[in-house]
Amino acid sequence: MDQLIVKTMADYMAEGKQPEILFWVGSAGSYDDRAKKITRAFVKLLNKAQVEFAVLGTEESCTGDVAKRAGNEFLFQMQAMMNIELLNGYEVKRIVTACPHSYNTLKNEYPALGGQYQVQHHTEYIEELIQAGRLKIETSSKLNGKRITFHDPCYLGRANEVYEAPRNLLRTLGVDLVEMKRHKQTALCCGAGGAQMFKEPEKGDKDINVLRTEDALKTEPSIIATGCPYCNTMMTDGVKAKEKEGAVQVMDVAELLANAEDL
Amino acid sequence: MNYIPNILFAAALVLGIGYFVKNVKKLVRNIKLGQDVDVSDHKDQRWQNMIRIALGQGKMVRRPVAGILHIIVYLGFIIINIEVLEIILDGLTGQHRLFSFMGGFYGFLIGSFEVLALLVFVSVVIFWIRRNVIKLQRFWKPEMTSWPKNDGNFILYFEMVLMTLFLVMNATDMHLQEMQSGNVISQFITPLFSGMSEGTLHLVERSAWWLHILGILVFLNYLYYSKHLHILLAFPNTYFGKIKPKGEFNNLEAVTNEVKMMMDPDADPFAMPEEGVEEEVPAKFGASDVQDLSWVQLLNAYTCTECGRCTSECPANLTGKQLSPRKIMMDTRDRLEEVGKNMDANNGEFKDDGKQLLGDYISHEEIWACTTCNACVEACPVSIDPLSIILEMRRYLVMEQSAAPMELNNMMSNIENNGAPWPYNQMDRLNWVDEK
Ligand code: SF4
Ligand code: SF4
Repeated sequence: MDQLIVKTMADYMAEGKQPEILFWVGSAGSYDDRAKKITRAFVKLLNKAQVEFAVLGTEESCTGDVAKRAGNEFLFQMQAMMNIELLNGYEVKRIVTACPHSYNTLKNEYPALGGQYQVQHHTEYIEELIQAGRLKIETSSKLNGKRITFHDPCYLGRANEVYEAPRNLLRTLGVDLVEMKRHKQTALCCGAGGAQMFKEPEKGDKDINVLRTEDALKTEPSIIATGCPYCNTMMTDGVKAKEKEGAVQVMDVAELLANAEDL
Repeated sequence: MNYIPNILFAAALVLGIGYFVKNVKKLVRNIKLGQDVDVSDHKDQRWQNMIRIALGQGKMVRRPVAGILHIIVYLGFIIINIEVLEIILDGLTGQHRLFSFMGGFYGFLIGSFEVLALLVFVSVVIFWIRRNVIKLQRFWKPEMTSWPKNDGNFILYFEMVLMTLFLVMNATDMHLQEMQSGNVISQFITPLFSGMSEGTLHLVERSAWWLHILGILVFLNYLYYSKHLHILLAFPNTYFGKIKPKGEFNNLEAVTNEVKMMMDPDADPFAMPEEGVEEEVPAKFGASDVQDLSWVQLLNAYTCTECGRCTSECPANLTGKQLSPRKIMMDTRDRLEEVGKNMDANNGEFKDDGKQLLGDYISHEEIWACTTCNACVEACPVSIDPLSIILEMRRYLVMEQSAAPMELNNMMSNIENNGAPWPYNQMDRLNWVDEK
C-alpha cells in the first residue's frame, strides 16, 4: 500500500460528514523525517482498518506543549486557543495522536481553556481497533520470538499512566518482550522532554539519551520499541553513540505493526 | 517538699510544649506567605491519599529495605507513645506506673513496647550504617553536607538514646520486676545492674525516667529545625498533594485573560476596567522568590525529608547535571526560613534583603536542566512536587526576564511564526502523505 488515503477536516466538512476520529499529527510527525515514517505507518493501519479519519493538514498548528514546559505560558495559551477555536469549529469529539506530548496537553491542559475532547494515544486506539475486530494483526513470522524492549515515554507513562496499551500490542506480535530495570513508573526519561529536545544539554558526565540507551541495551534487544517521536530520535541517537546501529533498531509500535502486516 | 518533682515536671512539660507551639505558629505564618490555591476539591481522593501514603506508608515500601525499617520505626514511634502517656500522668500525679492496675494486660503492653523498642533500636542502627558506613549514594550528594548530614545522624542518635533509656528504665525498676511480666527484653539488661544497692538502683531508674521524658520534649522541639518535621507534615502534605494527572500543568489564569484580550478583535486594549471590577493582574508571572510560590509548595518544602529518592531517579542528576530536585526543596525551605527570620527581626514586615530564591539559591543552570519527566514526583514518598517549583521559575525567567537559553528563544519564535518548533512552512504540514 504505497498510496495513503488521507482526508482533511475541510474535506469532510465539504462532504457534510464527520470523521470517526481526528488524527492529530503533531509538529514532529509532520516535519521530522524519522517521525514522518511513524505517521505514515499509523495511517497505513488506519487505512487497513478502514477508519474514517481526518487530519487538520495545513490548518494544524503546534499544540504549545513545548512552549508551556519551557515556561512560556503566553505562547502556549495563544496556540491552545487558536487550536481550540479550530477544533471546536469542526465540532471535533475524538482525537488520536502518536505524540505523547500532544496527547497530554490536548487531554489535560486544553479542557480548562475550553477544549473538551476524548483523546487517545495511537497505541490505545489501535488496541481498540483490534479488540473491535476491525484490525487483524497476524502473529508475524518476522518478529516472532524477537527480543524487544519498550521504552516508556514520560508523557504517556508517568504523566498519564498508560503502560499497558503499547505492551499489549507488542504481545500480539508474539515478540519476546523484555523489560528494562527502570520501566513503567520508574522509567528513565529519554532526555527530550521539557523542551530539552530543542537545546544543548547542561554540562554533566553524559547525555541522558545515552544513559537510557544503555538501560535498553542491557536487555540485549534486537529492537527498542517506543511510542513517541521524540523518544525515537533520542534513542536512535543513543544507539548510534553506542555504535550499535547495525545490531539494534529503534521503532515505533505502529511501525512494528505495519511492518508485520507488510503494509 | 514531696511536690517538688511534680512541679518541676509540670514546668518542663509546659515549657517544652509551649516552645513547640510557638514554633508551629511561626511555621504556619511562613507557609501562609505563599500564594493562595484552591485545594477544596476531590476531598475523598485526598483523604484516601493521606491514608494510603502517609498513614499506610504506601510509597515507602517501593524500596523494601528502607521501607520496612521505616515502618518499624514509625510504628514504634506511635505505639510507644502510650507509654509516654503513662509517664506524663505519673509525672504530674506523683504516682508510679499508674496503668499497672491492668495487671497481665499491662505486662503484655510493656512487653510489646520493649520488643518494639529493641526493633526500633536495631532499625536505627541499620539506618546509621547505611548512611555512614555503606554510604548510600543519595546521602552523599553535594547538598547533603554540613547541617543536612548532621541532622540525619542526630535524629538517629536521639532515637538510639531514647530507646536505650526506655529499656534501662525498665531494667532497673524493682516494681516492674516484681510483676514478673512485661520486662521481656529489659530482663537481659538487669544483670548489668545486679551489684547495685537498692538506693543506687532507684537513682538510675529515676534518672532514666527523667532523661527519657526530657529527651522526648527536646526531640519534639528539635523537629522544627530538622527534616524530621515530616513526621507531622507528611499528613497535611499528602492531603494537599497533586491529584491531577502528573503531566497536567496548571494554566495561569492571568495569562488566559490577557490572551483572550489579544485574540478578541473587538476588545479595546485601552478600555478602563469596569467599575467595581478589580483587575486581576498578578505582580509577576512565575516565581523568583518564595512568596511567589503557592502555600502548598511551601508546605512541600517544610515536609521534605531529604531522603533523596527524587534525586536518585532524576535523569538530569543521574547524568551529572547540577539539578537535584531534593536541593530545590531544601533551598526553598532555607530561603523561606530566611524570609521568616527577616520578618521576625522587622516587626513582622519583610525588609528587602537584596536576595531571592532564584539566582541566590537556585541557579538558572539547574532550572534549565529539567526534562519535566515527573520521575521526582513519582518517587517522593510524601507527595512533594519539585517539578512545579522548577516550572514556576522557568515561567519567571521567560515571561518576566526573557532569559531563556538562545536555542529555546529560536524555538519559540518558530512556533509564533510557523506554528511549529522548527523553521518550516505551515503549508508543508501535509508533505508526509506523498513522501516514502
Ligand atoms: S522532573 Fe525534572 S527534576 Fe524531576 S526528575 Fe525529571 S528532570 Fe529531574
Ligand atoms: S522531595 Fe520527596 S523524594 Fe525528594 S528528598 Fe524530599 S521527601 Fe525525599
